Parts: sequence; structure tokens; C-alpha cells
Amino acid sequence: MPATDTISDRAQEIVDEFALFNDWMGRYEHLMELGDDIPVIDDDDKTDDHYVHGCQSDVWIRADYDEDDNVLRFEGDSNAKITKGLAALVIRVLNEQPPEAVESAEFDFLDEIGLQDNLSSQRNNGLRAMIEQMRERARTFRN
Amino acid sequence: MPATTSPTTDTASFDVEAFRADFPALQQDIYEDTPLVYLDNAATSQKPTSVIDRLDHFYRHENSNVHRGVHRLSQEATDEYESARASMQTFLNADRPEEVIFTRGTTEGLNLVASAFGQMVVEEGDEILLTEMEHHSNIVPWQMLAERVGAEIRVLPVTDRGELQMDRLGEFLTEDTALMAVTHISNTLGTINPVADLIDAAHAIDVPVVVDGAQSAPHLSIDVQALDADFFAFSGHKMFGPTGIGILYGKYEHLDAMPPYQGGGDMIDQVSFDGTTHDDPPHKFEAGTPNIADVVGLGTAAEYIMDLDWEAVQAHEEDVLAHATEQARAIDGVRIIGTAPDKTSVLSFVFDDVHPYDAGTFLDRMGITVRTGHHCTQPLVKRYGLPGTIRASFAAYNTRDDADALANGLRKVKDMLG
Ligand SMILES: Cc1ncc(COP(=O)(O)O)c(C=O)c1O
Repeated sequence: MPATDTISDRAQEIVDEFALFNDWMGRYEHLMELGDDIPVIDDDDKTDDHYVHGCQSDVWIRADYDEDDNVLRFEGDSNAKITKGLAALVIRVLNEQPPEAVESAEFDFLDEIGLQDNLSSQRNNGLRAMIEQMRERARTFRN
Repeated sequence: MPATTSPTTDTASFDVEAFRADFPALQQDIYEDTPLVYLDNAATSQKPTSVIDRLDHFYRHENSNVHRGVHRLSQEATDEYESARASMQTFLNADRPEEVIFTRGTTEGLNLVASAFGQMVVEEGDEILLTEMEHHSNIVPWQMLAERVGAEIRVLPVTDRGELQMDRLGEFLTEDTALMAVTHISNTLGTINPVADLIDAAHAIDVPVVVDGAQSAPHLSIDVQALDADFFAFSGHKMFGPTGIGILYGKYEHLDAMPPYQGGGDMIDQVSFDGTTHDDPPHKFEAGTPNIADVVGLGTAAEYIMDLDWEAVQAHEEDVLAHATEQARAIDGVRIIGTAPDKTSVLSFVFDDVHPYDAGTFLDRMGITVRTGHHCTQPLVKRYGLPGTIRASFAAYNTRDDADALANGLRKVKDMLG
């Protein structure tokens, strides 16, 4: 079944979750815990096709299209914990959403979860590259 | 961060606290209440009040174009501009002021040499000798030249400790070598290379040598005549000066023989549509309206440095580096990259089990500015089989307290991520 909650519902859920922590260390620990729960990409799939260029660490994201449900499913991984946490956040909001929704998704919520400015989608090249790659995949599956 | 006085960092002739007070940017807090611990000096240094004020004064009172006007302001601006050139001549101990060319920085200086001098001395089938620890700025211009003329790049390798393999120099510096380009100090490892020896060996077989002085200008006292360097390029912004300005030193005989790099105003003698004759060095290489304010600001930075007791400053820098190294080494899982005995002001390291990007992000949140990644030396970082390093780089205003703050930060990183 396709997800019934929208991308912005999930983004709000994440913002609320991070608001429970009142210091930056707590927020980063939470980010890294989310990274541990990422739908992890198989080592065999860590190929050039799924590699995200433009990050300081290695990042892979794989997108599969479920035609029956008209949704995208994502898997990812990174060898840096913060990057993996960020990938997990982005996947969490985009997973099992229709390609049109993925393509037009906004990531302003990343500025509201109390991480450094340099981890915002505007300032972080790696994060921007991840999001761009996911949108790109969504474009190819849009009907 | 208010540094406490430690016995070895305060010598009679270098008062680090007074010196530090000259730099307004060091006095700030970031992330609300976290004092800034600035350890990214190999990327760029902060600026003292004297340089900031000098730029302000120039724009308020002296601004005018140079070498062009009969009017008084233009003459004054020209005097200030040429007086900065004289300061830089002294700073480098160059033989004549005409050997000092203003550029945008190290990168432009190296490109200028590769383009204007390179095409004179490097021919098809020749070799250009570089080293494995070069910054991309001292690799790519030579690759472009090599491609243009059909030459080959050779690379003198480094040891595990991060020194040049001098015992293998003979394999690489041969009768096929047309030119050698080498960094004085590695921005990733901190190694001080035996540049004088390299130049001697190269000159013995008539090979000219280009020195990348980006990291040495802020830390060593430079004497281009003692080194006998053919060219020496560096940036103002790493030595307390403004961004967008740098120096290319070249021996006059080379500069005189070289074709111009860019065409335009200020570099010509006579222009007609039948042909143009160009001016002599240095103006031949300074086409167009130069970066006058920053030239003047760089002159002030050089004077500021030359007013210091440099031996005392160096003793202080060595002490801080040694202290930082010892502190970092004591942390479980930290491995220092670059352990040459002759080093300055750079501490590069990796954790066994923490990605440099994670460590850098956490340190940043603690107010500690380090750089992570390849530091524009990808071949070198690859040589060590690393995804990058964490690099703390020090300037004269850094103290043992800064090194301690770094070590505390690293221990926290280890706790949270290790
Ligand atoms: C060794 C070395 N060479 C060249 C450069 C390039 O300097 P700039 O970017 O100022 O031209 C740098 C600075 O990043 C450097 O450290």
C-alpha cells in the first residue's frame, strides 16, 4: 500500500522529534541513531550508478520504482555517520511517495531541526547532491 | 578564548597575547556562546587591525588609479603601490623591485610561470618534475603545459613519514628534465622540503626551479637569493594580508626574456594596429588596473611580519605544534599523517574509526575550525590510502590553549563517534 501520510507530515514529525532534545549533542546522537535505521543498500549495489558525487564521504542511494503502487523506494548508506543520518532523514520523508511528490519535495525542515547551518540543504553540497539524485530518479519514473 | 600564560609560549621578544589582540576576528564567539578556536590557517589567516585599517584608509583617502594620472591622487596611489612592492622585495630579499610581480595569489603566479616561462623552456619530449605532495595549484598548470607542448610529468615520491625521497632524486631529475616545480612546505603534512638542496641539484644540470611558497611565506623567513629560486609564488591571504593578492618573484633575466601573460593597459610601451611593444618587468606582467588597495594592504602585512622578532615567533610556533602533536598522539585511535622531523604548523591526522567529515563537523560545533578532506592534494592523500585527513593548522597567534581545546574536542569526538 502506498503511504497515506504526506512528505510534509513526515517532515513535521521529524522536526517535533528533534525538538525533544535541548542540546546539540543530543540532536546529533539522534541523527546518528536514525542513520542506524536506514533501509540499507546491499554492498553489491554500492556501484557507480548509485554513488552520490559531491560529498566528502562516500554515499550511495538506490531508488526503485513500484509500478503497482506508483511509489519510489529508497535505500542508502554512507561511511560517515552524520552523512548516513542525513541520508536516513531524507529517505524517511521520501520513501514510498509517488515520483511527482519526490520531485517537488521541499527540505526546509532540515533548517528547523537544530543542526548546524552547514548541514542545511542550501549550504551542504553533499546533501544537495543526494536530494538532486533522488529527484533525478523520480523524474525518470514520472508518468 | 582567553589564553593563559604558559612559560614556553611567552618569550621576552614575542608576546603572543598582545599579538593575538591585534586580530579582531579571533575575539568572536560562534554558535552563540562558543569561543572561536581558529585552526584553519593553512587555508587562510586572519587579518590584523593594521591591515584592515590600511585598506580602510586607502579607500577613504588615497583611492585613485596608478601609473596613469598627472594628478596628485594618482601619484600618491602610485607611490603607495610601488612602496608596497619595495616592502615585498625586502620581505623576499629579492635583488631588485622589478622582480616582484603582483598577482591574484599563488595559483595565478604558478599559472603565469607555466604559461609564459613554461612555453619557453619546455619542449616536446621534455619532462617536468613535480613531487607527490604538491597542491593541485602546482600540478594542474603543469599538466596543461605538458599537454600543450607534448611533455611528460614526473613525480618525486614521498616516504611514509611524509618526506621527499631525496635518495631517489637522481632517478627523476635527469637530462630530460626541463623544469622542476616543488612546494616549500606541504599544506597537508607540514613537511618543510629541502628546497635549497633541490635547487642546487637542479641547477647543476641547468634545470630551473619554481617554488610554491604559499605555506612558507607565513612561517619561514624567505630569502630567494639564498635559495637561488628561479621563481617563488605565494598568496597574501595566508600571511595576514588581504585576499585576492599575491606575489610572483622571478629572476630578472627570466622575466625579461618571457613573453607577457595577458595583454591590456599598463603592460604596453607603444600600441598601434600594426603591432605593440610591451613594457619591461614587472609592468609587462601586470596588465590592466591592478588590485591597488590589496597591494597596499599586503605591503602593510609584510611590514607587520618584518617588525616581529621572527626567531622568537618561530620558537613559539614550534612549541605550539609540538604541544598539539603530543596531545593528539595521546588520544587512542588518532594517527598523525606527516611525521617528518622538519615540520611547521600543520597537524594532519585520522581516527581509526571516525570519518574525518564526522570529526570535522563535531569540532566545528565546538567552535574548533579545522579542515577535513584532501586539502587540494588528492594524489598525496591517495598515496596514504586515506579518504582525507583532519587538519589543524596554526599561525603565530595560536597558543597551547588552542592546542588543548583541540585535544579536548578530539576526546569528545572519540566519545561520541568512536
Ligand atoms: C601549498 C599551496 N599551494 C598553493 C595554494 C593555492 O593558493 P591560492 O588559493 O591562494 O592561490 C595553496 C593554498 O591553498 C597551498 O597551500
